[in-house]
Amino acid sequence: MDLKFSEEHEGFRKQVQAFLKEHKATAPTMKAVNGTSAAPTPEVKRWQKILIENGYTARTIPKEYGGYGGEADLIKGLIIQEEFIAADVSTGLTGQGISMLVPTLLELGTEEQKQKWVGPTIRGEVVWCQGYSEPGAGSDLASLKTKAVVEGDQFVINGQKIWTSSAHFSDMCFILVRTEPDAPKHHGISYLLMPMTTPGIEVRPLVTITGDAMFNEMFLTDVKIGVDQIVDQRGKGWMVANATLKHERGMIGNPAQTEANLNALMKLMKAETCDGIRAVDMPVYRDRLMRLQGRLLGLKLHSLRLLSDDLNGKAPDHGGLIVKYSSAYLNHEVYSLGIDVMGELGTLYNGDAYQSELDWQKMYLGSFAGIIGGGTAQIQKNVISERGLGMPREPRVTLDNKGWAMM
Amino acid sequence: MNFGLSDEQGLLQDAIRGFLEEQTPLDSIREFAADGNGLQAEIWQGLIELGATGVIIPEQFGGSALGMFDATVIMEAIGRTVAPVPYISTAVLAPIALLGSGSDAQQQDWLNKISAGDVMFGVGLTEATGVRRDAGLKLVGSKLSGKALFVIDGLKADQLILAVGSDTLVMVDANAMGLTRNRLNVSDKTRGMAEVLLDQADCELIGAAGSAAQTISKMIDAGRIGLAAESFGAAEILLYRARDYALERNQFERPIGSFQSIKHLCAEMISDLEPCRSLIWYAAYAYDELPEEASLMACHAKANTQEVGKMVARSATEIHGGMGFTDLMGLHYWLKRIELNRQLLGGPEATREAAARLQGLVA
Ligand SMILES: Cc1cc2nc3c(=O)[nH]c(=O)nc-3n(C[C@H](O)[C@H](O)[C@H](O)COP(=O)(O)OP(=O)(O)OC[C@H]3O[C@@H](n4cnc5c(N)ncnc54)[C@H](O)[C@@H]3O)c2cc1C
Repeated sequence: MDLKFSEEHEGFRKQVQAFLKEHKATAPTMKAVNGTSAAPTPEVKRWQKILIENGYTARTIPKEYGGYGGEADLIKGLIIQEEFIAADVSTGLTGQGISMLVPTLLELGTEEQKQKWVGPTIRGEVVWCQGYSEPGAGSDLASLKTKAVVEGDQFVINGQKIWTSSAHFSDMCFILVRTEPDAPKHHGISYLLMPMTTPGIEVRPLVTITGDAMFNEMFLTDVKIGVDQIVDQRGKGWMVANATLKHERGMIGNPAQTEANLNALMKLMKAETCDGIRAVDMPVYRDRLMRLQGRLLGLKLHSLRLLSDDLNGKAPDHGGLIVKYSSAYLNHEVYSLGIDVMGELGTLYNGDAYQSELDWQKMYLGSFAGIIGGGTAQIQKNVISERGLGMPREPRVTLDNKGWAMM
Repeated sequence: MNFGLSDEQGLLQDAIRGFLEEQTPLDSIREFAADGNGLQAEIWQGLIELGATGVIIPEQFGGSALGMFDATVIMEAIGRTVAPVPYISTAVLAPIALLGSGSDAQQQDWLNKISAGDVMFGVGLTEATGVRRDAGLKLVGSKLSGKALFVIDGLKADQLILAVGSDTLVMVDANAMGLTRNRLNVSDKTRGMAEVLLDQADCELIGAAGSAAQTISKMIDAGRIGLAAESFGAAEILLYRARDYALERNQFERPIGSFQSIKHLCAEMISDLEPCRSLIWYAAYAYDELPEEASLMACHAKANTQEVGKMVARSATEIHGGMGFTDLMGLHYWLKRIELNRQLLGGPEATREAAARLQGLVA
């Protein structure tokens, strides 16, 4: 066990600190970029450009595709995270294009696709949405029915997607469609790149429990795109999608974010009072706070251990699933405590005059997204028990005409 | 950077685990528990021969000067096997007391003996972590009177180190005139917990009266980390025994491990346990390298691991059905070790309150 960084890395940390000192005044905050639900503003794009030039985002993406072209160095990545969070400066754009599509294209895309999409995507010029889920295909994603048939040199797509985040302002969609209807479920799917301006796409916003419309229904009627707009082969879409999902899970569980939430909670508890007594001075609430802090520290250190295991080439993949699964509930509980210490005040949201600085109610409502999106907690538990503990896969059952399993 | 065992630490872990596992088949554990005195001499001797008692002791006193991290690796292995050995008291808490507050002569004498395996210590810190009922010690000159409860590994020890209040440490010969010790019938029969009655017993101060607050606080930190590591080891065994049983036991023509409720219990166990391992390792590392973080990390490592340990013990027992409730399966030895450790040196609520206090959150 040795958590000291090398001299080179400590030098790198100084470099990052100097950069942050120079740019702090003009840089957007963490929240200003991550918290948006619209296409990136010119400000954000300007900041993104500076970050790429200095290797603070898109660090390992090759120069020829518009990245910084740095060697893979997890410790440097960690240092960047730590220092930017400490300074509350944005580490740049995230979103499904950057976090999911780009790594997938780099792994499986053609040279032409990489040339065309990676650069504009990381610069925030092209925004992507993820067209996976359908009304009948959620957890059981591979049962998706939206189909694409080849006519001449085009795919013609018909069907419906749902829960498509950001579709209302996206330029492109990476979409899963059934191209081989006769092949077994997992082998009949293809992964296509679909411009959102193509005729036949109708996007209808769905209002969520937070009151915002962050995701959409997407209806597809005779949508035509070129047959070359496919990643990897026909019928290989499930494999391509799994490469993408791997990146999504990493994106959803970030203990550094939870830590920022917990720090905000601590601040709240020092300020809010009931009968003139501060929340932090009430042992019952204080104990809940400490419980959450203990769990957070566990997860944060667990992530650090995973990173170290990665460096040594021995990270088990259920390690990351644990982070996703646990941090979703932890976030939920952190926000819950924020509401509880405020009592009735905690139910106020969307800019009520009595509301505290942060919108705890809205953050709380939003935290369900982490529990359900990107694979529900129950599905995570299935996978953790199967991959992490070698337990049996879910059985496939045959149903009778009432929908009951046949024995 | 390496968040994990170094090659040497890996070898240490293999050696200690290998030895302890060989020595602790269930039948043997049952025999040790029947004694209930918390000492199995052959196992203790084996650990001494492996150099386990000297890991945090400087080389000049015959130790290997490794550190708390290495001791934690050993305590995890002890928890995995519920081995009845006075390790935490003799090899961790006593050396910290002596190194922190002992005179040159005391260090010379006792640390060498600990390294060589020539002495066993019992340690009582409840005066600093929470006094129950009519316990209480009074020191007049070098005469000690009163009652100490829950002296860890105190039953078979040669020497006892006791906190008097939260700032004074004394050492008393277990066979001194005026000292009687009795077995406390705790449910965990693999650890010898003692009631110690003192009537004008001769004792030796470790450091001047009133000068040992910092040393006691370090002992508490190390003790919390060590107990957490033991409980973690015990809980991990319970998880994998439950998993194995779930794959083996059939009901409704299928392994019970194919039922989702059982899979999910197992997923919850591993998801909650793995972060504990990281937390404990980090706390031990902080004890060695980042002293300003050590107390807080020790509190959280203990509180969190004990909450998780309890959940794991419950789930693993449940997964075994009726078998889980029997002595036949023997799961209860691990459960009881976790339950005892939970209460020692401050239960979860107390350690969380200590964590809050360390951060200035308690007015
Ligand atoms: C905020 C948010 C954003 C999203 N963004 C996108 C997006 O951009 N693009 C996209 O394609 N999708 C998106 N999704 C969809 C998301 O991936 C699905 O909601 C999720 O996979 C669950 O599918 P479902 O909603 O159909 O629920 P269902 O699959 O119907 O699940 C309902 C319940 O049944 C349980 N369940 C189902 N199967 C099993 C099983 N085998 N074992 C145990 N329990 C089971 C689930 O755990 C859940 O509790 C988003 C979802 C949310 C909440």
